[in-house]
Order: sequence, then structure tokens, then C-alpha cells
Amino acid sequence: MITHRLHVKENRPVAFSEATLKKVRELIQQYPEGKQKSALLPVLHMAQEELGGYLSVDVMDYVASLLQLNPIEVFEVATFYSMFYLEPVGKYVIEVCRTAPCAICGGEEILEYLKEKLQIGVGETTPDGLFTLKTVECLGGCGYAPVLQVNTQFHEQLDQVAIDRLLDTLRKQAADPSSADLTWASQFC
Amino acid sequence: MEKALLEMSPTEVGQEVTRSGLRGRGGAGFPTGLKWSFLNRKSDKPRYLVCNADESEPGTFKDRYLMEHLPHRLVEGLIVSSYALGVNTCYIYIRGEFKYLVGILEHAIREAKENGFLGERILGTDFSLEIHLHPGAGAYICGEETALLESLEGKRGNPRIKPPYPAYKGLYDCPTVVNNVETLAAVGPIINMGGEAYAGLGKGKSTGTKLISACGHINRPGVYEIEMGLPVEEFIFSDEYCNGIRSGRHLKAVIPGGSSVPVLPADLILRTAKNEKRLLTYESLEEGGFDSGSMLGSGGFIVYDETACMVRNTLNLTRFYRHESCGQCSPCREGTGWMEKVLWRIEHGEGRWKDIDLLVNIARHIEGNTICPFGDAAAWPVASAIRHFREEFEYHVEYPDEVRVITHGNLVRETRFTGGHPVSGIRFR
Repeated sequence: MITHRLHVKENRPVAFSEATLKKVRELIQQYPEGKQKSALLPVLHMAQEELGGYLSVDVMDYVASLLQLNPIEVFEVATFYSMFYLEPVGKYVIEVCRTAPCAICGGEEILEYLKEKLQIGVGETTPDGLFTLKTVECLGGCGYAPVLQVNTQFHEQLDQVAIDRLLDTLRKQAADPSSADLTWASQFC
Repeated sequence: MEKALLEMSPTEVGQEVTRSGLRGRGGAGFPTGLKWSFLNRKSDKPRYLVCNADESEPGTFKDRYLMEHLPHRLVEGLIVSSYALGVNTCYIYIRGEFKYLVGILEHAIREAKENGFLGERILGTDFSLEIHLHPGAGAYICGEETALLESLEGKRGNPRIKPPYPAYKGLYDCPTVVNNVETLAAVGPIINMGGEAYAGLGKGKSTGTKLISACGHINRPGVYEIEMGLPVEEFIFSDEYCNGIRSGRHLKAVIPGGSSVPVLPADLILRTAKNEKRLLTYESLEEGGFDSGSMLGSGGFIVYDETACMVRNTLNLTRFYRHESCGQCSPCREGTGWMEKVLWRIEHGEGRWKDIDLLVNIARHIEGNTICPFGDAAAWPVASAIRHFREEFEYHVEYPDEVRVITHGNLVRETRFTGGHPVSGIRFR
């Protein structure tokens, strides 16, 4: 059960890099004096990216101490928003849009195909730790359906060929980080 | 922008916007000039302008287009609006999934700052403004203005009860105005061309232009800027716009304003119940109330052809609402979950006859009994789908074995519903 794990503190030391701490300080400046709680969402994004890909209890407590908040204030926010992962995820989190406009334009087929190709169900991670498959609600790309995101990068107008290509690219990128294909920006018609 | 800051006073800018008849483009269609006039200027607390870039309404993707391709239009709108409202700090609340847009917008803001359009003493006047970006983290409910303010303050996105309205007690209990990206982006052109010229476009109380994001089973989905008053038939079928239904099929249903507005069958979307041509305006789409009308909403135009199963679609949307419900109010939290379970049973061949009336009953009990309009938004798709496509629900209950065999993905073959109406191929009573 998911909530059970959330109460388990592993007591691992957790800290941002100096550069990130500087960014956090600048971020807090954006908000009025004493309202540093507003920085919680952006800081949680940074924490998730930098400190392990998901928000463990240690990470959430670290963020709480950084922003001078109670741990429960961080916990309640982390559990509310769907972009914060509370369990370990793979290197690439594939989030497929499952809402009506994508679903009627082939979104359901895409999801089935991905499940078949990766041999995992929704919410699970491949054994090699590369891919986690999740479904999300409307991503705001309905005209270019079906849409999915890999770590917030959009991939649209998908079909089976495009998905094969995407998975190949991601696998190559994981094996050799310098080969990152930076032209994989979302395409507009 | 120079025209506003150098030649006009803040009050004059506000008056131009009122004169233009600009209405909120996020979905509610509330007159912007009127909203601005509610701002409490007597308080000595700082005032805030918040740009609602949390575009999560299914079917809507126009703000994303605006921010990606015309970020300076938005920045200019923010500067002029802040000047009119007497605001010195502006926040853009952008949804977390649009992370790539954060870089684009930050770049545009930096360019504006370097050219002296932001920061202290803009263009030599004593008006200063800072624009900050704040990401969301994946919650549709944070598009609702009070939930957005809660999220901006770093809390769970639970809407607040209104009154007090944000114009009086908003962000950090200070007077705040929350506007949609498209609304704010329109402010710059309005000042340039003059409010009256903008009001000259459009029809009746729906002035100016609107960005319609068309998607679904059409040949050319995308974002279209239309002058208000364009007939729906022309929008769907002419080559200038959506170029008709794909694969030569027939139109079955349309949701004209994002999933939160009622769905309309083909004949009612093209013509009103009084047999007038249906136009893309706030008034024309609302003609007929709940019985035969819908709303313009956010302009997320979802088109269904004859292969779409309305029951499955309703299940999909109800699952969306159940997932996105913040959970504060019992009618919404429990109601959406309950409706989803009932719809799931109907779609998978386990429906009972009394389920259909049960759904209408639940929807009616959610409507109007919630803190924010999300409850209504969750209830309307179900209530309108049953109102206009009751026979599909009854078919699912009557022939469960046929329903359990799903032909490719989400499509249930339309064999019972073709023939009859010349445009849609749907048989009506």
C-alpha cells in the first residue's frame, strides 16, 4: 500500500548542490517577505529532478527544513499533485494522455501498444529501470493527438512507428548520454 | 504598450478594455473590464495580477500555442494590464507539464527587461513591474482561480469559497485579478486598435476574436483564430477551417467549449432548437439552455464522428473529473467516483436499467452544491450525454454481450445509428 512506504524514513543524507541552493534563494526572492512557502512547488520539482527522480520522505523533510516548513506541509502538497512521484521511477517516465480527445484519436491503442512493447502495466517500471509507464490526464496537445510526455518533453501525432523510434532513441540515449538528440522538440502542424 | 504607458492613464486603459467588450477567454466569459473594476484599490496592501496559464481543460490547447509562438504578445498584455490595475508584481502560473514553455517565457521576459519594458521606471514613467513564473505540478483544479491562488501560496489546490472574491482578498489576502492567457494577450491589440474597433468585430455581446482549438475526428485539427459570429457549420466543414470529418465519415456530436460544457448532437450543434444557424458566440451556443444548448467555454472544440461511443466517452471524461477532483466537497468527491463506477459497469456490459436515471440523479445533486464550478463541470457531460444520447446508454444495458466485444480500442460499431439524418447519419425519434 502506497501510504505505508511514505512513513518510512530511511535517514539518508540529502542535500542540494551549491548551484541549486543559489537558485532556491533566488526563487524565494520572487515572493514577498515571509511567503517562502510559495516556492514549495518549484523547489519540489527541483528536488525530484536532482535528488533521485522521486520524492522520498528524506527528500520531503529536507525541503521542509530548507523552506522552514513543517514536514506535513510538504507531504500534503506532494501527495496532491500528480507530477510528484512518491515511489521510485525509471530513468524515463512515459506519461500517456488518456483523456477523451486523445483517446478517440488513437490514444487507447497507443497505450496498449506501449504496454505490449515494454511488457509492463500502467504504473510499473521495466526490470532494467529504464522506463516507467504512467497515464495522465489531458496534456494540452489535443490537436496533435495522441500525445505522450517523456519527462515533460512532448511527443505528439504518434503511431506505432513513432513509438518504436522513440523507444529506440531513448535506449540509445541511456546507453550513451552524449548522443542526446536535441531536435526531438514537439512538432506543430 | 508605449501608447498605454505614455499617452493614457490607468483608468483610461481600463475604460478601453471595458469598451472593447472583452470577455474572459478561459471559459467563464466574464466581462474583463468589469472584473478589473472590482479590484479593491482603496486597500493599502499590494495588488497582484496573476496570469492563468494552467491550461488543462480537455480539448483546449490554444494558450500553449500563444505562449510558444507569441510570448511577447502575452508579456505586453501583462505590462499594459498591470499598468491599468496599478500592479507591480505579476505571476504567471503555468502548468507543470509545459516545462519547455518556461524557458521560452523567461527568455521573452528577459528580452523585455533588457529593452527597458520591465523592471524599475519603465520607459521613464514611475511605473515598475516584475513578472515571475510559477510552475504548477499537474492539477486541473488549479485552473480555477481560487485554487490557483492556493497553489501559488504553496498549498494544496483547494478552491476557496467566494465571497470574498480575489479582487478583494486574493493572493496572500491582497487584492488580486486572475486572467487567462488569451484574455491578457488581447489587451495589447485592444489598446492599439482602440476598444471600439475591437467591439466592432464579433457579434452582439461576443466581441473581437477567439482562439478555437479544434480537435477530434476532423481533417485539420489545430488552433484557429475566428471572428466571433462564425457559423459552426462553416467552421467544421469549410476548407478554410477544419475541412470536414476525416475519412469521409459523418458528424455525430461536438463538445464546443472544452469537456466541461454539455455535449451536443450534430443537428443541435449546427442549428439551434429554433432552427437558426448556430454561431460561434457565447450567446448563440448558450441558446436553448440545458435542453438544447451548450457554452462557448474555453473554445476547446472536440468533434466526434459516427464511430465514437458516447458512453465510453462519458466514462472517460468522468474518470478525468474523478481524478482531478480536489476532494473538498462531498457531492463532487463522492459523486464523481460513484458516476465513474456506474458508467464503468454500463460500458463493460454490467449495467442495470435504473443506472441511467441514477446517473442523472447524481449529476443533478452535484450541480450547484459545490464550492467551485468543478462540480457542475463534472455533472454536465454525464447529464447532457444522457439527455441527447440516451438510446446509446439503453443499448449498452439491453445488449451487454454485444457491448463486451469491443471492436478496436474505444470504438463500438455504429451499426444501429447510421442512416436517417442526412448530415450526421444518426437516427432520431
